[in-house]
This record gives sequence, C-alpha cells and structure tokens, in this order.
Amino acid sequence: MPLIEIDGKRIDVAAGSTVMDAAYLAGITIPHFCYHKKLSIAASCRMCLVEVEKAPKPLPACATPVTDGMKVQTRSVKAIAAQKGVMEFLLINHPLDCPICDQGGECQLQDIAVGYGGSASNYHEPKRVVKEKDLGPLIATDMTRCIHCSRCVRFGQEIAGLMELGMPGRGEHTEVMPFLETQVSHELSGNVIELCPVGALTSKPFRYSARSWELSRRKSVSPHDGLGANLQVQVKDNRVLRVVPRENEAINECWIADRDRYSYEALNSAERLAKPLLKQDGQWREVSWQDALEHVADRLGQVRAAKGPAAIAGLASPHQTVEELYLFAKLLRGLGTENIDHRLAQAEATVAAGARWLGMSIADLNALDRVLLVGASVRQEQPLIAQRLRQAVKHGAQLNVLHAAGDDLLCKVNARLIAKPSAWVYALAQIAKAMQDAGADVEAALAAISGVAVSDNARAIAASLMSGEKKAVLLGALAQNHPVAAQLHALAEAIATASGATLGFLSPAANSVGAQLVGVLPGPNGLGAHAMLAEPRVSALSAYLLLGAEPELDAYDAGAAAAALRGAEFVVALSAFKSAALDYADVLLPIAPFTETAGSFVNMEGHLQSFHGAVKPRGEARPAWKVLRVLGNLLSLSGFDYDTAEAVRVDALQDDFARALDNAPAESLRSAGIPAGILETAGWKPALQGPAEGLERLGETPLYQLDPLARRSPALQATPDAAAPLVWIGSELLTRLGVAEGALVRVRQGAHEALLPVRRDDRLAVDVVRVAAAHPLTAALGARLGSVSVEKA
Amino acid sequence: MSLLAFANQPDTQVCLWTLKHPEPSSLATYTANGGYEALKKILAEKTPAEAIIAEVKTSALRGRGGAGFPTGLKWSFMPRAFPGDKYLICNSDEGEPGTFKDRDILRFNPHQLIEGMIIAGYTLGAAVGYNYIHGEIYEQYQSWERALEEARAAGFLGKNILGSGWDFDLHAHHGYGAYICGEETALLESIEGKKGQPRFKPPFPASYGLYGKPTTINNTETLASIPWIMRHGGQAFLELGKPNNGGSKIFSISGHVNKPGNYEIPLGTPFADLLEMAGGVRTGHTLKAVIPGGSSAPVLPAEVMMACTMDFDSIARAGSMLGSGAVIVMDDSVCMVKALERLSYFYFEESCGQCTPCREGTGWMYRIVHRIEHGQGRPEDLDELLRIGDNIAGRTICALGEAAVGPVASFVKHFRNEFEYHIAHKKCLVGA
Amino acid sequence: MLSAESLAQIDHELTKYPADQKQSAVMSALRIAQVELGWLSRDTIEFVANYLAMPAIAAYEVATFYNMYELAPVGRNKVTLCTNLPCQLQGADKIAEHLQAKLGIGFGETTADGRYTLSVGECMGACGHGPLCLHNNHQMHTHLTPAAVDKLLDEMK
Repeated sequence: MPLIEIDGKRIDVAAGSTVMDAAYLAGITIPHFCYHKKLSIAASCRMCLVEVEKAPKPLPACATPVTDGMKVQTRSVKAIAAQKGVMEFLLINHPLDCPICDQGGECQLQDIAVGYGGSASNYHEPKRVVKEKDLGPLIATDMTRCIHCSRCVRFGQEIAGLMELGMPGRGEHTEVMPFLETQVSHELSGNVIELCPVGALTSKPFRYSARSWELSRRKSVSPHDGLGANLQVQVKDNRVLRVVPRENEAINECWIADRDRYSYEALNSAERLAKPLLKQDGQWREVSWQDALEHVADRLGQVRAAKGPAAIAGLASPHQTVEELYLFAKLLRGLGTENIDHRLAQAEATVAAGARWLGMSIADLNALDRVLLVGASVRQEQPLIAQRLRQAVKHGAQLNVLHAAGDDLLCKVNARLIAKPSAWVYALAQIAKAMQDAGADVEAALAAISGVAVSDNARAIAASLMSGEKKAVLLGALAQNHPVAAQLHALAEAIATASGATLGFLSPAANSVGAQLVGVLPGPNGLGAHAMLAEPRVSALSAYLLLGAEPELDAYDAGAAAAALRGAEFVVALSAFKSAALDYADVLLPIAPFTETAGSFVNMEGHLQSFHGAVKPRGEARPAWKVLRVLGNLLSLSGFDYDTAEAVRVDALQDDFARALDNAPAESLRSAGIPAGILETAGWKPALQGPAEGLERLGETPLYQLDPLARRSPALQATPDAAAPLVWIGSELLTRLGVAEGALVRVRQGAHEALLPVRRDDRLAVDVVRVAAAHPLTAALGARLGSVSVEKA
Repeated sequence: MSLLAFANQPDTQVCLWTLKHPEPSSLATYTANGGYEALKKILAEKTPAEAIIAEVKTSALRGRGGAGFPTGLKWSFMPRAFPGDKYLICNSDEGEPGTFKDRDILRFNPHQLIEGMIIAGYTLGAAVGYNYIHGEIYEQYQSWERALEEARAAGFLGKNILGSGWDFDLHAHHGYGAYICGEETALLESIEGKKGQPRFKPPFPASYGLYGKPTTINNTETLASIPWIMRHGGQAFLELGKPNNGGSKIFSISGHVNKPGNYEIPLGTPFADLLEMAGGVRTGHTLKAVIPGGSSAPVLPAEVMMACTMDFDSIARAGSMLGSGAVIVMDDSVCMVKALERLSYFYFEESCGQCTPCREGTGWMYRIVHRIEHGQGRPEDLDELLRIGDNIAGRTICALGEAAVGPVASFVKHFRNEFEYHIAHKKCLVGA
Repeated sequence: MLSAESLAQIDHELTKYPADQKQSAVMSALRIAQVELGWLSRDTIEFVANYLAMPAIAAYEVATFYNMYELAPVGRNKVTLCTNLPCQLQGADKIAEHLQAKLGIGFGETTADGRYTLSVGECMGACGHGPLCLHNNHQMHTHLTPAAVDKLLDEMK
C-alpha cells in the first residue's frame, strides 16, 4: 500500500488509488466538477489541480495515480493559483444569473466560486449564449450555464448504457445535446439533474416552484418497484415539490429511476380523492368518515351473514405498506375469508414455501459472472436492477435471456432464447437438457427432458451457466405472471441448482416481499387473485375489499376483472384517487399515499425500510392503517388497537422475518417429488412438447403504468414510454394480415377486443403479439399471456 | 518552387533524395536506389528487435513531429512481449501552420515511409499499422493508398512478408479537418471514430493506446528516416547532424523568403545558411522576425535568430523550439499584432473544447488581440493577455494550451512597442 | 440513402479496422456520404450511424467536430482558402479579396446560382506553396494568383 502525504497528513492508500481518493480518505476536500465517483475519469474541468512534489505542473487529483512517497499539497500557493485560474475561466462565460436559476442554493459552481472565484470579473468580451435544447418533459435546460463537465454524457454512456446526450461541436462551440430532433427518453434520464454541477439541467416539473432553501427534506422510500430506492422527499407548504435520490450504496447507489423521481406529481393531482364517497341510488355522495365506515361494516356484515364469509374477497396492491397489508389481511381473516391476495398480475395462484425474493443482496448483482434472466422486461420492471446487471456485464459477466422479445438491454447479451410464452417451459427444458448433456447433474433425472431437442442458443446458455463462479437465475414479472409459473419456477430451480446459481425472483413491486411475509395470500381453500377476478366467475363472490389495487388495470385478465367487479354486489375501494372504481365500487375511502403516512416496505433483498410521512394527508384522506384499524373495530374484530404504525409493524413482522424468505418451489410440488414428479402432473407435458398453436399475447406492465402514482404523474405520462399502446408484431405476421405499419388492427381475446395501431418489431418471437397490459387503452383485453387474434380493422 | 530548391541541396538527404530522380514516388525509383533492402536484410537475418532499437538510439534520431523525443527511447517503452494486439501509428496529420514536410514525403517518397513503418512494426511487435493523414491532403491519402497496394503486390506487406513467416499490414486513416488530431492521443481517439480529444496521460499510449492496446506513434519524417538508419547505420545518421541531434532534418520555410520550400539539411546548420538557401528575405525587405519551429514556437527577433544554428538545442537556448522545423519568416512589412491575431484565431478555432483553460482561455486571448488589432485595445490588455496565458499554460490536458500561449507571450514580449502603439493610436506602427 | 458504390467504399474502409471497431470507419463513411450527397443531413448522419452500429449522437459529434464536413447544403464548388499566417504572409489576403469581389459573396456564403461556396480554411499543411485553396475538400490548388483564381473558377462547373 503506497504511503503518501497529503497536506501534511500521512496516509496509506490502496494501490491504484488516485490523489482524489486519497484526499477523500484523509478528509480533505478538493474542488471538482467533472469528477464523479460513479463515472469514468475525464480530467477535463481542471478544477482539482493540486501541487505534487517534483511534478513541474499542477496535476489533476482525479486522474493522478498515487505513488509511494508522493507528497501532495491541495492548498499550496501553486495549487490555489491553479484552482482559482480554472474558476475564473469557468465563470467568464457562465451567466451568473443565480437569482433566477433553479440550481441557486444547491449549485456546485456557486459553492466553489465562493471559495475560489473573484468578486468581480476581468472578462470584458461578449459572453457565450447557447441555444436551448428540448430534452422532453422531464428535464429543463439552460444550456448557456453548461460548464462542459460531460458528466451527463458519461452517465448515458456508462450507467444508462445509451448515449442519448453528446457534445457535438468543437472548442467553445461544443454543446451538450441529444441527436437532432430527438429527446432523452431513458428510464434513468433524470439522474443527469443531480449530476449536473450547475443549473444547465434541472427538473422541468419542479421549475420555478421553490428555492432550494425553502424546502424541507424528508427521508422516504420509493413505493414503485421492488428495489426500494431511497428517496429524499422535498416539501414546501405541506406539498411535495420534488423527489431526489438519497444515496444508499447497497440499494440504489446514488441513482433513482425517473419513475421514482417524478411520480410525486400525482400526489398533488386533481384526481386525488379528498373525501369518502358513497354511492346511493346510483349517485356518488360525499359522506363523513363515520358514515362511510359504518356503511362498509354494515354491508360486509350483511354479505357475510347472507352468503358466508367466503363470499368476501380482498385484493391489495403490493405497493401498499407492510402495516396496511398486515391489517388488511387480518381484517379479512377476521371476517372469516381466506380470499386474500396481492398478486393481481399473476395467472396462477402458486403456493409458496416461503416469501419469494431476490435470493441474494441487490449489491451482489454487480459481482455476478453469469446470469439467466427468465421472462424479465427488466428495464421496465426495475430500471436500476437493469443498471446493475449492465455494470456486471461491463466487468465481464455473461447475461443470458429467455424472453418473447429480443429487446435491447443496453448491454451485451451472451445468448438469447426468444420464444413465445407458452414455449418457455420447453425452452428451460432445453437449457436443462443441454446442461445434462454436458454432464451436469440436473436434479432427479428429469426423465421428461430426455426427448427435448436442444437449440444452439439453449446450449450456449447452458455452457455459460456451467462456467463462471457467481451465478444467478432470475425470474422476472412475466415468468411470475405466467399461466404455468410453477413449472417455470421448478425448472429454473433445477437449472440453478445444477449450475450452482442462486435462484431469485425480481419482485415487481415495492412491497411484493412484504405482502407475502404478512400473509396477503390466499389461505386454505381461499382464492387467488386471478380466480377472484375470473370471468365467468368460478366463485360466488359478492363483496370485494380493494386496498390501493386497480384490478381493471393490474389484473392478469383486466377485462375479466372489470366485469367481475361490475357484477359484484358490494365493492369497497380504499384509494388515494378517484379511480375507475367510480364505475364499479359502492364506497371509495380516501387513503394516504406513501408520503402522507408512516410505513414500511420490504424490498426484493428482504430489507425492511421504514419511513415517516413527509406531509400531512391531503383533504380528508387518512393513512390506510388507521382506516383499517377503525374498520376492524367497527366490525368488532380483535387485535385492531394500534396507536402507531410502528406498533402495527412490530406485530406484522417479527425480527427474524428474513427466515421466511425462501425461493424453493411450493411444498406441494416438492412433496410430489420435484422435478420427476412434476413431470407427470397435468399441464407440464403439453408445454414440454412445444408451443401451442396460434398467436399469443405478450402483455407487460408499461414503465409508467406500474402503480396508481406513476399512472397519474403528468410528466411521466408525457414521456415516450407512456405513449398509447401499439400492437407490435413481426414482419411475417404483418404481411400475413396485409396491413401497413400504423394501420389500426382489431385485437381479440375471447369476447374482449381493442382497436389499436400496429407496428413492426422483428425482435419478437414468431406468433407473438406484443400489446401492453395495465393500460386504459388495452384494459378491455384479456389475459396478459393468453391467446390472441389480430385482424385487419 | 520547392522542386527547384532541392536541386541545390547538399547530398545528405535522408527523406527527400528521390526528388533527384525523374519519378520520385515510384516503387522502381525507390528499389533501384536501395529501397526495401534494409527490410529484406532484417527479415532474412531475423535481426532482434533490441538490435534495431539500439541502432536507432545510436542515431540520436529525435521525433520530427515537434516534441523532439528520442525515438529509440520511445520504442523501448513498447511492451513488445505483451500478448495480443499492438499497434504502430504514423502521424501524418500535419497541420501546424508553417509545417509542410510530411506532405512532401508522402508525395515524393511514400515507399521509404512504408519501409520505415514495416521495420517499426517488426521492431515493436505490431501486426497492424495506421497512417493518419491530414484531412486537407486527400490527394496524398489516395496516393499513399496506391503506394500501399504496390508494396502489397511486391510482397512487402500482408501475410508471410518476403517468406519470413511474419504478417504485417498498413492502412491509411484520413482525417477531416482538426489540427488537434496531430496530438497523438487525440489522433487515437480519431481513429477510434470519435471526436479528436486528447486523453489524459498517464496511461501513455505504450500501455493504453489504440483500442486500449499498446501503441507507438511516430511522425512521418521520423519513420521515413528509419530505413536510412538501418541501411547506413545509426552512427552515420548521427554524423549527419551533431551530437544529441542526429541526422538531417527537413526545414519547411514559408513566409517572406524568395524561395519558400522544404530544405533537408544537417541539424546544426546555421540559420543564415538556411535563409540563403531559401533565396534570402523577400527582395527589398529586411528580416524582422522568425518563428523557428511551427506556429506554436515562440517568435524570435531577427538578431536573435541570425545567431542560431538549426538544431533542437540551439533554438531552445534562444528561447524557442525547433519543433517540427517549420520556419516562418517575417520581414519588415509585417504588423505583429495582425500576425498574432491570425495565430490566436487558429488556436481558438482548433481548441477541442474539452478542458476548461484552453476552451475558455483561447477565445478570451483571441478576442483581446482582435480588439487591439481593430483599434479597441486598452492599456491593461497586454498584461491581461500574459496573465491569461499563465492560467492556461501547464494546466491543460494536452500541449495545445501551451501552443496557444507561446505566440501570445512571445509576440508581446518581443514586440510590445507595436502592441502599445496599436492600443494608443488605434492603428499600426508598421507603415505609420 | 447511399448508392451501392458508396456503400462498397464504406465496406472497404471497414476492412481496415478490427471487426468490433466499426466506429473507426465513421470519418470515412461520413466523407463518402458527403461526396455523394453534397452535405450531411440529419438523416444521412443517422443512416451512417446505423450502418456502423453506433449511436447517432456519436456520429453527429464527429460530423460537427471535424470542419470539412458540411452540415448544410453548399454550392457545387466549395473553395476553401487557407488564410493562416504563412499563407497570409504570402498573399492570401489579396486572394481572399479577389475571390469575394469576383463571386460577389463573402466567406461562408454561396452564390445565388449554387455554383460556388467560399469558405475559410485552416492550415492545410502545404504552407510553402501558398496562397492555396481546396476545391471540394479534395483537390488542392497552390501558388494562387488572381489570374490563376480566375482560370480555376472558370473551370469549375
């Protein structure tokens, strides 16, 4: 370890460190702009010039490797002169319009200029003016303020994996911009706002709404995907005005996805439900909480008395807190029903041995050598997981993919199996067979795979998984939502076990793991979400209690779900918004979204993160745990006497809750003799024999339709990712239908249909029709991965 | 004009000797006069790389691109045993105002450069070499590609060269208008298909060069000198010049001389002799100032220059640089403010914009000089120019910062009275 | 977008570089495209970027960094005059005046008939032969005099 002296402090630093690293260790701050710990070294701003003994010129601390015995002075006359000289150059063409700049008060240039800038400018020449760029609905620009640090450009190249911004031009005419007539659209684009050390790139929705020093800063946790990104919620006058990342190296590092950043706009939306609503004689009326809750208790009691508790069903969104979900399940079980679920998007109510989770820590993803992603549209599902996998690939990991679409993951993919969803079991069987052929001990013979014909791609994936040290087989939302999810799970486990890989689930929602841990799952004889919402209804359900869920969008079969709810006798929706429940519900109870309540989420790595409310609940909205508490009391159920969310959480999760995390296939499958036994069970063999005939839908949840908040953020909804759904099909199908790109086609799933424009995508598997789910324009359609027909409109 | 000039030059030419022959650029001319013999000998005898490097070191050949770094030493930095791809690059991106020697090597003796590059590739363990050719000389890009075809057809390039079992190939990469690509790491970025922005060093190209692989970059004239050295020996080359300044060197003379052109003469030749070879100062005028090593080199007043000999050490002692050997001669009709304005504009225009002092400082300096030239100077401008220069020099990623400051500082230093006159009288001292 | 001949030229350039370094051919590809189409439109740059499997913005960076690429239409004959110091000393200023007077346009401008564009160039590396100019980037004319310029302009169709 080199021993160096920096400003008189002697420290040991790791070989390969830079002077900047050493200064950080020594607690010495060196001013800088282009340097960023997560980005490559540009050494171009020159602000971090320091004096190094024996070096004839000042050297940039960020790019200068330490050597044993090196003596560095960061504050010597020579160093300060160099730093001040650079600062003068940075300021000559900078507008110095801090009073009208959104960055004012949180600007690195402003801060460092206080220490290194002059009080007056010697520059008497005309100042540079740079034409504004339109980066889209999320990022505002004042490009004249740009100091050319190139952080935003490097972010695109190195973190996002997509070079959307560049620096065309030369010399002082160099300008940061996207390619002509394009905007930025990457799911992580907003991070350039924090990276920008000046006010060139700022938040467009936040623009001119507050000065940074007027904002209170509250810690929170993202309620969207399963990552649990740490947030700082910034508040003024009891309104959330901005959300920025809170650094947590183990989870979100210093980034957040645009979904985490901009969904807060929904909190202040006019669609917020302000008062309890009761439908009487077909008319919605605002009522008091007391009246509303008494009405709910009475009606639930009536249904239970008349039809038995099994006529009541409860569906909760996995974006609700642990506390809310715990009381929700407790309430329903108190009423005597086991029809409880949070997995609205899943076709199969699989019985789990434990709570499904990532199987490892999130940070471990970066260190993987081999990955197999099964049915994961990971850029939409968890943008920052995609980012971590990208870093792993950059360090040499081989990423393998089984999916119905050969999407660009913005990193190198080692091998892909692109097959329609019904062929995925067969595809995994091919991988298992290839591993077996190569000598792997694929668990318990898997007799049925002996006849499987192995494709080259399957063999490549098998070979990849059989090499390397740290490996994972990760099941994404599509694999979890799949009609034969249990079979995919069992085969994935066999592959993982044989290759020494960790089996993991990419939890789709902020609290998918928490919901499992607190029992928002059907109990014995209870119905799973898909069965509760099936059409024609297989059950005699009369009453639904919805917590944050929007089944008309969230459900695996949205069309059926809407019909089921419309046909129900009594529906109560606990919602933050005036949602489509206005069409089918009888009572709407305004609940507080995550910024207005205390609560907790358990993220995909099984990490419990609690947070406090950042603002007071809006209007008469109340935290759902309080609503459920009162409802429990009104129903005379025991165990609903809580004073704080924390008290609920103590009951909801024991300290050792992590012991319940378990990715083993369901016990019922286990006991049947996995995997040999499962091969005999119904439904397995047909799938193994290859794909079914006909077209199949690939219905994913769009990036900005994941949850009620994302759906209602005007900024997110203005992005290309939120554009109206299209029907994507391959050239061959396009030709067969005889339609031109852009023409309207009729998409049918049973009795459900939608008219949508068609577009070509030749990266899709044969016979796959990609139509987004969870979107109002496709809500009339049926199963997300069901059979589908397309015809000329 | 240059063709005429060569006829009278001493018989010590290393690179431009083919001009004495009717078809200077042809393969036949080259081979009839010993061309490719050095390569044949090396391949036949399997001369060890160390021996070649030792010979180059003996020759005291110093880089002809401007920095004057000893070539043998540079070659010894190349990790020859490093497994995998290694590259040799020839820098023919000649765009420093006043410099035009490499274009004539490409025009008149392309095969000597090719032979030099093949020997260098052999010595450095490279399998591929690129010659980066200045954007504005497309005709030489094409002609050099034709010469490569001739060399390939003759078995000097490609697989199993001359039956030696060794493979090596060369390609031309054409620039398209960026002075900065003459900086070796900017050149590498440019070959990689990017903006030509210099890299911070370390790491140096010898360890992290083209595509991140070990790479050696030499100037055209440097590489073209190699076959001569290998044929006649390093000692003979050294003796052409003077100690520590081996060889002949092409001096490109432009500006106010009667016979501008390239003159390949031994290092150490008195400037006065070179001036005489070039026909002397424009008839009817007297010598005022000389930029002795390309536009980046500090200008020297006539009397200082007349006392110099043309070698690295003498010019350095006089306070300037031999650089690329580009001698810009200015007579008594020249307004030094106007001359500096044009040079300052050049550096402002050609700054890549990557690092702050150069991006912001070159424009600032140019605008001040422009104001002075146009009668809007202020008395404090001259000290301000020097102060800005001090804040650029030594604080940039590459040498363009210093290159931009060199003219400003030296023009103001040696001709301050002219600048002051311009500021005070809003017009030129020359002719006033 | 580009002719088979241009694509063949680009493919030839690609053979010079390692298979995984197609971007190395972007400068040549843009030059070849410009020779065929006269200038580099947004669509042309995007086409070249796609052809070389590189981001469009990265190709645009290259097109804007090197000053011989044209990002707007120019006349059929672009005359780029070097005005740098050595050429200036050798009379480039007079040639500049002559060119502008003769064509009735300034530098950076195109004649109304689309026949000529005048452009200021930086050092072309042939200073001893100045004043000098480039015709359509690729052909150099040295030792310019007003009479030589007149003849040259006449020959440009």
